[in-house]
Amino acid sequence: MGGLVYFSSRSGNTRRFVEKLGLTAQRIPLDPTAPMPAPTAPFVLICPTYADGEGRGAVHKQIIRFLNIAENRGRMRGVIASGNRNFGATFACAGDVISAKCRVPVLYRFELAGTETDLTRVRQGLDRFWKTQFSTAT
Amino acid sequence: MKDMTETRRIPRAINWNRMQDDKDLEIWNRLTVNFWLPEKVPLSNDIQSWSQLTEEEQRLTIRVFTGLTLLDTIQNAVGAPTLMQDAITPHEEAVLSNIAFMEAVHARSYSSIFSTLCSTPEVDEAFRWSEENAQLQQKSRLILDEYDSAANPLRKKVASVFLESFLFYSGFYLPMHWSSRARLTNTADLIRLIIRDEAVHGYYIGYKFQRGLERLTESERQEIKDFAFALLFDLYEIESRYTELLYDPLGLTEDVKHFLHYNANKALMNLGFEALFPDDVCKVNPAIMAALSPNADENHDFFSGSGSSYVIGKAVATEDEDWDF
Repeated sequence: MGGLVYFSSRSGNTRRFVEKLGLTAQRIPLDPTAPMPAPTAPFVLICPTYADGEGRGAVHKQIIRFLNIAENRGRMRGVIASGNRNFGATFACAGDVISAKCRVPVLYRFELAGTETDLTRVRQGLDRFWKTQFSTAT
Repeated sequence: MKDMTETRRIPRAINWNRMQDDKDLEIWNRLTVNFWLPEKVPLSNDIQSWSQLTEEEQRLTIRVFTGLTLLDTIQNAVGAPTLMQDAITPHEEAVLSNIAFMEAVHARSYSSIFSTLCSTPEVDEAFRWSEENAQLQQKSRLILDEYDSAANPLRKKVASVFLESFLFYSGFYLPMHWSSRARLTNTADLIRLIIRDEAVHGYYIGYKFQRGLERLTESERQEIKDFAFALLFDLYEIESRYTELLYDPLGLTEDVKHFLHYNANKALMNLGFEALFPDDVCKVNPAIMAALSPNADENHDFFSGSGSSYVIGKAVATEDEDWDF
């Protein structure tokens, strides 16, 4: 099974989602001067969306800093994006931006801190995803 | 007798280059970029569509919009200003003044819809209805009572998040329903702008609530949480009756209630609390979800099944200078 890396601002929605998920995960720090996690194995990124009405600024600067490190980007296998459907077409669009930039699939989208259904789907989805990842060449 | 007039303290000039809480700047930027006015939406393109609704459907729509106007009026005149008194940072106060103004824009927008689509007597009748409707008056009373009880800033924030993130949705359902049937699509565009704003408001006030909660003892935190769930139950009871009254004739009540449960859970999440309603009563009609966020599901996600999960050439603005690989 691969790893998880996530970012969560002080509103804490993504952090609560990851805690309920109950899987080991590394957190990208809020503080720009704090050390970045350096995953040594393939991982999936879980990230919230901060877009304005035009979709600008969707990906938090700290996530961009993390992905600007080539080793991190190279180990990322997919992205799970969160957001709020109330933002219409830009719902969870941070996932789309990262997918397009880094050529990894958007694995799942959820709202705010997620529901029980989201947790089940993500647990099962990740399980299946890593099995196929590791059975084919990585 | 003591002199009742206290000399007002002179505030410190606000410096946006010295932030105590970065969230204030983030939300200020988001709200100001998202600024809009109803004149931006070509509501007159809905005149023909409006004429195709039955008289009953038209009356329902106008009433629903007067109900939404009332909530926006409360939030503009009382809600946001009362939260300003409790602001921890000067920037929070500035953000709340933006929220207060946008609520006035929202309230103004419904009147733009009315003047474009409806006759004056119909609209006057609906405003009279809103003053007499028991459920509208009851929910307003519950919220205002919290705003007026100066004692507890966190209870005010709970009431405010429930207004922003829960109470609007019995009303928002209807334009999303019409939009899903290709009716009043420009009106729906305007409502989506309001929905977007309310989402930021609920998120931000909920965030400030969580910061305040952190400063309390465990037992005080539990007390506030109990209060929040009790208030939600009371509001939900009223919303259920309001929903039945409005939507029973169209046979939509059950559908609307799922939407209410779904939004109640999101309001709780904005406050940092766990969901109340189980997922099986939050199954919102997919047509309503699609009306809420058009295009959002064009790219199926990987876990959910078929479709391309890679995004190719989608026009999403990004700050390219930040991505230096």
